[in-house]
Amino acid sequence: MTATTTSEPTRTGGVRALYSGNAGAVLGRGLLAARSSTWVVVVSGFFEPVFFLLAMGVGLGTYIGDVALPSGREIPYAAYIAPALLAVSAMNGAVYDSTWNVFFKMHFGKLYQAMMATSLGPLDVALGEIGYALLRGVVYATGFLTVMQLMGLNLSWTAILTLPAVLLIAFGFASLGMAVTSYMSTFQQMDWINFVLLPMFLFSATFFPLSVYPEPLQWLIQALPLWHGVELIRGLTTGELDGATAVHVGYYAALVAIGVVVTTRRLRALFLD
Amino acid sequence: MTTLDEATGAAMAGAVRPRRFGALYVAEHQLRAMRSYGWTIVIGGLGQPLLYLLGLGLGLATFLDVPVGFGPDGPVPYVTFVAPALLATAAISVTTEEFTYTVMAGFKWRRIFWGMNASPIAPAQVVGGLVLAVGARMVFVSTAYALLIWAFGAVGNAWAVAVLPLLGLLGGLAFGLPLLAYSASLRDDAGQFAAVQRFVFTPMFLFSGTFYPLSTLPVWLHWIGWVSPLWHASELGRAVSYGAPMSGTTVAVHLAVLLGLTVGGWFVARRVFVGRMHG
Amino acid sequence: MKAGAPCPYRAVTFRLVPVPVITATGLTKRYGELVAVAGIDLEVAPGESFGLLGPNGAGKSTTMRMIGAVSTRTSGDLQVLGLDPDTHGPEIRSQLGVVPQEDNLDTELRVRDNLIVYGRYFGIPRAECGRRADELLAFAQLEEKSKAKVDDLSGGMKRRLTIARALVNNPRVLMLDEPTTGLDPQARHVLWDRLFRLKERGTTLVLTTHYMDEAEQLCDRLVVVDEGRIMAEGSPASLIREHSSREVVELRFGSRRNEAAAERLEGLGDRVETLPDRVLVYAGDGEAVLEQVARLGLHPTTSLVRRSSLEDVFLRLTGRSLIE
Repeated sequence: MTATTTSEPTRTGGVRALYSGNAGAVLGRGLLAARSSTWVVVVSGFFEPVFFLLAMGVGLGTYIGDVALPSGREIPYAAYIAPALLAVSAMNGAVYDSTWNVFFKMHFGKLYQAMMATSLGPLDVALGEIGYALLRGVVYATGFLTVMQLMGLNLSWTAILTLPAVLLIAFGFASLGMAVTSYMSTFQQMDWINFVLLPMFLFSATFFPLSVYPEPLQWLIQALPLWHGVELIRGLTTGELDGATAVHVGYYAALVAIGVVVTTRRLRALFLD
Repeated sequence: MTTLDEATGAAMAGAVRPRRFGALYVAEHQLRAMRSYGWTIVIGGLGQPLLYLLGLGLGLATFLDVPVGFGPDGPVPYVTFVAPALLATAAISVTTEEFTYTVMAGFKWRRIFWGMNASPIAPAQVVGGLVLAVGARMVFVSTAYALLIWAFGAVGNAWAVAVLPLLGLLGGLAFGLPLLAYSASLRDDAGQFAAVQRFVFTPMFLFSGTFYPLSTLPVWLHWIGWVSPLWHASELGRAVSYGAPMSGTTVAVHLAVLLGLTVGGWFVARRVFVGRMHG
Repeated sequence: MKAGAPCPYRAVTFRLVPVPVITATGLTKRYGELVAVAGIDLEVAPGESFGLLGPNGAGKSTTMRMIGAVSTRTSGDLQVLGLDPDTHGPEIRSQLGVVPQEDNLDTELRVRDNLIVYGRYFGIPRAECGRRADELLAFAQLEEKSKAKVDDLSGGMKRRLTIARALVNNPRVLMLDEPTTGLDPQARHVLWDRLFRLKERGTTLVLTTHYMDEAEQLCDRLVVVDEGRIMAEGSPASLIREHSSREVVELRFGSRRNEAAAERLEGLGDRVETLPDRVLVYAGDGEAVLEQVARLGLHPTTSLVRRSSLEDVFLRLTGRSLIE
């Protein structure tokens, strides 16, 4: 033994142990995997909201006519639900990628164990996966926005701002989804995610205004994330921006912060302790 | 030690019950396995219809300017119009799980079909057992739906509550059995099931006259309804539920399409199973 | 044999020449151009433990599937328990127990339920299935795992459960396809012990393996199969006697020098065989060969004298190693 006294290394164990600044490698793997996976599945993410828009917005719209916005302005039914469908598709994509996909890789694909054996930390993996989900989401959103433009459903120039808004919404759902998934251990538990998504999808002012509900129910819906997403995007495509817009953005910023903190904690518990 | 004659005799006797009841044994196994996700089935089976009936039938209905469905005595409430279609959709959606991933699991992931194959059970009985078990799940889901529709007052008479689940079953099998044949022919899932869900099931759900009559769609989209088991089952369901006007010939055509797909799908599925298990 | 059998002469004949439970003549299976099994003749007597030894892809599993009445033969004749698998599949399968190469236990059911569900396939009443399940769990040494999930079992436990499941119908013939492949040595020995007990009880065993030690442990008689054909037949001891010498000397000179050394060894013992990593000299007396090697001035890095095994038989018959 040498007598030199080396200062005891401080047990940082903080973010440095979790993050090596290489989330890009994980994202890159996602892109490579996407290239080799079936193109139908990748393409379908774009078509699903378009199908809904045509069937509900255009088809059912013939029986509905115009819908009144909270400001009192009346817009065609298709223009009313299109932004909602965009928010829903951002939610669905982000939730799928951050829950089922992550769950499967965590428990069956053993992909993460392999990644952890390299210099990558859990946070690299988390951010990389979320980054990949966001990238896909933005590509789909651009496609859908183009369809809306062609159908004349973008009523204001602010519609272009839906792209960053979709990113924010997807980020919020993805980080939340990943945090929730880190607590799941069986497929049966994963099924509960669908039971939460379906009512949000049907009731968050997606297909009709909240005004039909009794007031307490309205409050409940307004506490849930999808409603904020729908209202944020609808405000941008219709050009109805006000103080509420800022609230919606703030809601998602908080969601992202909470989701990332919880996910990081959980990943540390799962992989490093 | 025994003689060969005695062994042959035991073999002849040993296969009597499996030959007769094999499909039931397979169904018993499948239903036992479903118990591990029984809560999902029950909550999904009751919760989903409740949400759809509330959301579309009552919520959306308040915004309709023009009536959508008509009975013999004029317009019917929107929830009455969509309910039979939603019921059939629920029955059909059972198959997008049980006749896809479950089948791939039986051959490849859990490999339980190969265990059955080594027993006296014949491949056709495996198909029969799957149909029985999944049929039972479809009947459960559609019955829950029918009762809820009844509770919502969205059905004309109590008699229809008994018939609607059977139409759900028929619609589910008409869609599910061809799907079963397709799934059994796949060696690997490289996204085909997701593609079926998104490019077959979802468009069918949206464009089969589920939310409004098929005639609302442009003519060049009507074929989706004609080939869709969902449309045929929904139309029959509407006739049963609130007496939507329909000629005897039309009833016969709807039934013929549903039965044709069921029988044809069953036949092909059996051939695929036999080829794969006894090749 | 039950007392009061109808024909005493028959019983006598049976004792001298047992009527086989499996008879195959010219058994052939083709998949399009590919010939998986190319005309096999074999007979398995009741109570016998019969093995098919050969490398992967030799046609062992295909033969097993035809005997198990889950694959129709292309040509030839096949009788199992006096019945034709083409017409009496369910009848034959009702008397077989099958242990497949890859476990196909139902992971969504618990350990005991796997046995019960499987028993039902044979038309066994539910209560009886439960009774047999408990018996078999004891036999497979899995009583404590009765309520466990299948996925929580070790590889060896899963195999034992698969064997227990194959016994649920009290089969006359137990068919095992590569029963111990992928198991660690200890788990293999536990499994062999269980199979040995079955053999003692008089269950007919038909098994495939590419492990010669397994064949030597378990088989009364075996056939060596390669490329869909039977290369030799007999008891493990007689096969070794016929196709190999009593002892084998294994010499290692280092991978680059083996060839050269082998040339100089030519003429020693009965036969010299050169493998990439070693040279084998077959002889009645191994020690004598070693002395001769030393006299030739050759200095192997390692040398070993051992008894001949089925591996050597296979090498002799096919010119190839069993595990490649």
